[in-house]
Amino acid sequence: MNLFQSLTNAMDIALASDPSAVVFGEDVSFGGVFRCTVGLKDKYGADRVFNTPLSEQGIVAFGIGMAVAGSTAVAEIQFADYIFPGFDQIVNEAAKFRYRSGSLFECGGLTIRAPCGAVGHGALYHSQSPEAFFAHVPGLKVVIPRGPIQAKGLLLSCIRDRNPCIFFEPKILYRSAIEEVPLKDYTLPLSKAEVLDEGTNVTLVGWGTQVHRLREVAQMAHEKLKVKCEVIDLRTVLPWDVDTVAESVCKTGRCIVAHEAPITQGFGAEVAATIQNECFLNLEAPVLRVCGYDTPFPHIYEPYYMPDKWRCFEAIKKVINY
Amino acid sequence: MIMASICRALHILKHYRCAETWSFRSTSVIATKRWKTSSVPPKHTAPIKQSYIEDRPQFPGSKTRSWSEKLEFTQPDIYDGIPVYRVMNREGKILDQSQDPQLSQEMVTNMYRKMTLLNTMDRVLYESQRQGRISFYMTNFGEEATHIGSAAALNDKDLVFGQYREAGVLLWRGFSLYNCMSQCYGNVDDAAHGRQMPVHYGSREFNFVTISSPLGTQLPQASGAAYSFKRAQNGLCVMCYFGEGAASEGDAHAALNFAATLDCPVLFFCRNNGYAISTPTKDQYRGDGIAARGPGYGMAAVRVDGNDVFAMYNVTKEARKLAVEGSRPILIEAMTYRLGHHSTSDDSTVYRSVDEVNYWDKQDHPISRLRYYMVNKGWWNDDMEKEWMKESRKQVMEAFQKAEKKKKPNPELMFSDVYDEVPLHLKRQMEEMKGHVSKYREYYPLDNFEKWDS
Ligand SMILES: Cc1ncc(C[n+]2csc(CCOP(=O)(O)OP(=O)(O)O)c2C)c(N)n1
Ligand SMILES: [Mg+2]
Repeated sequence: MNLFQSLTNAMDIALASDPSAVVFGEDVSFGGVFRCTVGLKDKYGADRVFNTPLSEQGIVAFGIGMAVAGSTAVAEIQFADYIFPGFDQIVNEAAKFRYRSGSLFECGGLTIRAPCGAVGHGALYHSQSPEAFFAHVPGLKVVIPRGPIQAKGLLLSCIRDRNPCIFFEPKILYRSAIEEVPLKDYTLPLSKAEVLDEGTNVTLVGWGTQVHRLREVAQMAHEKLKVKCEVIDLRTVLPWDVDTVAESVCKTGRCIVAHEAPITQGFGAEVAATIQNECFLNLEAPVLRVCGYDTPFPHIYEPYYMPDKWRCFEAIKKVINY
Repeated sequence: MIMASICRALHILKHYRCAETWSFRSTSVIATKRWKTSSVPPKHTAPIKQSYIEDRPQFPGSKTRSWSEKLEFTQPDIYDGIPVYRVMNREGKILDQSQDPQLSQEMVTNMYRKMTLLNTMDRVLYESQRQGRISFYMTNFGEEATHIGSAAALNDKDLVFGQYREAGVLLWRGFSLYNCMSQCYGNVDDAAHGRQMPVHYGSREFNFVTISSPLGTQLPQASGAAYSFKRAQNGLCVMCYFGEGAASEGDAHAALNFAATLDCPVLFFCRNNGYAISTPTKDQYRGDGIAARGPGYGMAAVRVDGNDVFAMYNVTKEARKLAVEGSRPILIEAMTYRLGHHSTSDDSTVYRSVDEVNYWDKQDHPISRLRYYMVNKGWWNDDMEKEWMKESRKQVMEAFQKAEKKKKPNPELMFSDVYDEVPLHLKRQMEEMKGHVSKYREYYPLDNFEKWDS
């Protein structure tokens, strides 16, 4: 199964196991522009899997309302770049519903899915990784998978979690990543990072597509520099797993965090600040960030903009020789 | 009887009472005075006359002039739908001679050439995307008359805010094929230095604001621009194109309401082509299209056959006059059909039938309709058609090859225009990028790009 099929499978299970569950968004009926909802309307009916009018604020708010009234709402925003018309509903409404009512009302049944990240030719508005905006909002959970097996378990966790969750799907992986995804119903823990490659010299932290680049770099560093990197996939960006990362950095003494979003105020800044606080006496070098530059995401300059393996490799050399 | 009484109670919908005779001109009850700075009374709060006490509603929030003792709901189907204004039938015959815009042979031929040129450019660029030569493309197939008919009726200085499927407006104004191709390639001659995806054109010279992908955002901006024009008293209006899908965005509501309450000379031009990607209009709205929203906002509206270039021309011309002279917004809904896939990322056969597409392609194509008209007039024939097809294809191919050969701009341009001047942190990031790329040059596509000064 590839990534989009594993997501379809997760939504299939959610719809089958929870009669209150619905899936909706722009172009969802015919299967969605990334084919994530293919077949679900035929299987569960047009009142459970449906198109909405073209309005992201409408989609988010409709989902909040459904969740407040006791349903499980899985809302699709066609691109993460287009989530911003719904920003007010997410930040001021979904995230604060429980707090402001003392849990009298809550919209934990809401999950918002949105494709994110670079694809090679998406330019300003089909490439962004806006996770940091949402990671600044108490009350939300923000999750980003790196592959099909993980995506299925994490999406089902989000759908069943009693807090509003934002689930960003790296769209370049929809078709490229293929894994043997178990068909059964399973969940994976939120707010729990995953240590992928164990190492002793440098901790590399990422999420989504960047994890794949980091693993490649770790391999390269091993071959070319005899440096052993420990790669950590954060999986959940908010609330994130500080302990797993801190434990690793205390062991390696070096930390690099990388993401596609612009460096300033990216989530890497949060990781760096926390790690220098948690691991100060163990650090052999400053925590480095390898990120997108502080420009809008550019079409033809994407190869220069990306935190690619060569920029990450260079950062490893830097922390080793610090 | 019931119908009539409901209608009487509903002043807001009063235009529809005579739906059969409804036409654009019949509603143009406007002040033709120029806008003045101080003396305009607020529209909705008619002053309460103290002198006589008549028992009618005085609530400040509506235009109601009467009470009703019958409990009745305003039903959404109290009229048969706003009619579609047209000038020609499908065979290119003028139906009512008084509506013939009487355009010269030269003008009409130019319109036809621009419509077909757009069509040829679309074919070439669509194909080039399939071959991997450009990254993305969106065709305008089937909507050529909405572009050319409306653009021809504007003043070329009127500021245009587009969505993305309005390339014909640019061609009409003189934006060259090479300009289009350069943008699609993102080469050194693209004004935006290759930063945006293909079809995100923009031109200061031709008063066309650069396209932005997020839908609906241009609508309230157009209201603001029109307000600025009004204050400048420059005699211009703002033209804002958008799809019937984008009309569902919250921004569309803000735009129409702002324009109405602030009396902005803006034309809201909806291209209703039946689909927003796969979403048919029945999933997009339940009312009578987009034009029906006009009265709800206190705005004159008109529905027009978007495949009839003369109807498009007449409506835009008149709407422009009303907007500029009366300082008010006008809503135009052009009914048409998106013949192509939504974009090169879409396969529309999954959600609509080939028969449906064929119907519009074969029975009601805006280009054939204009050609029928021209042939009837003796202005066009098969030889001229053949000649022009050869010539236009040649023009397109020449521009294409020229644009394809050009390099991409210097990667330093990634960092400019974020601000008016490049701030220190971006200068540092730029130096870091250049240093890194120089060190690892074999891994970056530097040969395709212009060199930076080191
Ligand atoms: C805010 C926002 N949401 C979603 C999209 C994705 N999208 C691009 S075009 C499109 C459909 C637009 O349909 P319509 O407005 O009818 O224009 P048409 O393509 O038919 O010309 C969608 C959903 C977007 N670009 N911006
Ligand atoms: Mg449309």
